[in-house]
Amino acid sequence: MQTIDASGMLYRDLNELIRDSVSRGVKEIRLINVNGHRYIGDGLAKEASIIIEGTPGNDLAAFMEGARIEVHGNAQDGTANTMNGGTIVIHGDARDALGYSMRGGEVYVRGDVGYRVGIHMKGYQDMNPAIVVGGKAGDFFAEYMAGGIMIVLGLGLAPDEDIVGNYCGTGMHGGIIYLRGEVAPEQLGKEVKVVSLTEEDTCVLDGYLDNYCQYFKVKREEIDKKPFCKLLPYNKRPYGNMYAGW
Amino acid sequence: MLREGQIRIPSGCAISGIMNKKGRVFGGGDIINSIAVMHDRSNGLGGGFAAYGIYPEFKEEYAFHFFFDHTTIKNEIEALLKKNFIIASGEAIPIRKSKSIKDAPLIWRYFVRPKHRVLVKQEVDEEEFVVRFVMRVNSEIDGAYIFSSGKNMGAFKGVGYPEDIGEFYRLEEYSGYLWTAHGRFPTNTPGWWGGAHPFTLLDCSVVHNGEISSYDANRRQLEMYGYKCVLQTDTEVVAYIFDYLMRRQGLPLDVIVKAMASPFWHEIDRMNKKEKEILRAIRVVYGGFLVNGPFSILIGTNQGMIALNDRIKLRPSIAATKGDYLYVASEEAAIRQVCSKPEHMWMPRGGEPVIGLLEASQPTRVPVRTEQEKIAINS
Repeated sequence: MQTIDASGMLYRDLNELIRDSVSRGVKEIRLINVNGHRYIGDGLAKEASIIIEGTPGNDLAAFMEGARIEVHGNAQDGTANTMNGGTIVIHGDARDALGYSMRGGEVYVRGDVGYRVGIHMKGYQDMNPAIVVGGKAGDFFAEYMAGGIMIVLGLGLAPDEDIVGNYCGTGMHGGIIYLRGEVAPEQLGKEVKVVSLTEEDTCVLDGYLDNYCQYFKVKREEIDKKPFCKLLPYNKRPYGNMYAGW
Repeated sequence: MLREGQIRIPSGCAISGIMNKKGRVFGGGDIINSIAVMHDRSNGLGGGFAAYGIYPEFKEEYAFHFFFDHTTIKNEIEALLKKNFIIASGEAIPIRKSKSIKDAPLIWRYFVRPKHRVLVKQEVDEEEFVVRFVMRVNSEIDGAYIFSSGKNMGAFKGVGYPEDIGEFYRLEEYSGYLWTAHGRFPTNTPGWWGGAHPFTLLDCSVVHNGEISSYDANRRQLEMYGYKCVLQTDTEVVAYIFDYLMRRQGLPLDVIVKAMASPFWHEIDRMNKKEKEILRAIRVVYGGFLVNGPFSILIGTNQGMIALNDRIKLRPSIAATKGDYLYVASEEAAIRQVCSKPEHMWMPRGGEPVIGLLEASQPTRVPVRTEQEKIAINS
């Protein structure tokens, strides 16, 4: 394992060091004193593991193809932007627009996430991206979602706190959202409906929940105390007849 | 002069604020370090700071900070100042020459009080007189701009990256209890010294990340009350809206933020009868002051700091506290750079203000209201 001290380092220099190390075959890199360094792990297409201590900057793991990133701290805006594959494990919170246009791979967040998480997430054939959020999510969760899986656990919520904000699933036309708990109709976009889980759903959920429990050392019984609901879009092409097709 | 909208430069911004709620002063080094972490959010076309509590030796005087294009206009302004004000002191603002800051105008400050007989003649109070004077200079006199006009506070701004502007103005030599900062990435309007943030009027200062889409509607409304928007940028309307609602209308802060970032009508429809009534009234009476478009702003006053986002949070903001300090910034890293272990850190929701008032502040402008009259917002 290689350790890089990022204090006082410009993000360009840090990212160059990381890319160099990975191309030389280093399998595990530990970054310490990270604070606001942007674009870490962007486009990384090799099997490498990056452990970050601190607060990585915006667009962490954008376009990432297959690496694994673990953040001991919070992640800033735009994490996993258009990510294609690999795994991100965040031991704190993540901010706005996490998983923007994500197309593959998995993101696990122990705590809360900000606004517009999973906006434009999509899936195709065996590409089925997933975001698992331990706490709560802000407004516009899964806006324009076209594919993939989004899971919110609502762990540690205060009694008056909502698991998601307003406009959840607005414009959604593909993919699945699982929320552990209930959601008020006025919080949902008009394109989504609440349905019950099937046995297949339970199987799918199981894998992701086991991962969450393993990554963050949470007891599975804790999660199983409350049932999930499932959100699906009414229509795969909600705007198909907007301009043509009559 | 070309107005906002007539010039377009295709090209985000950074904001940061630090305040000690006990009013204890600290140097400008922290705010420079904080904004510098977000270097890549700006492009070198504007940086600036607002600092409160920095002029204790002249705390009863209005501190005018001026940009002059040349000496002739400076002499003209000094004559005008002498006619209307008692000048306690006047000097060039100390700067440090640096390679990164070019084409600086002449930068001067004057500590002044309006002459009593001038006030009597015009039948206005001191603050209104100062506001009118600022508006007159900025809109009518070519080559001179007042970019700061409050008591015991000052704005320092220019064209450059914020950390370079901070070094240029030697901000580490000042001590204040509240500092805000801005790094500019102009999207619609030219990068010029007067167009850098913060925008101020009296002791109210605004730094802003985003775009005020409602600029023209807000400008038209403000012009009816004598404000003149001449700085070629959208943000100045926020400073004037705040001045109008707080100083002239005497509204409490919670009402002001609800006027500027009102809940949507469909959200108001779901509220209880009393809240519905109040919010409906706010939207109807102060509709012209609704600020639309993506924004994250920090407002400084002699009473403290207010952070506010647009209703659907199209721009980022993070807040944190540690001991007597309150921090708000566009990015968490900007807070952690100057505060290693924040006690509490949160993401404010769209339209949900972060209000940090000085404990010792005498809310002179905010009328005292009974509990029933207050809206239970931001509790």
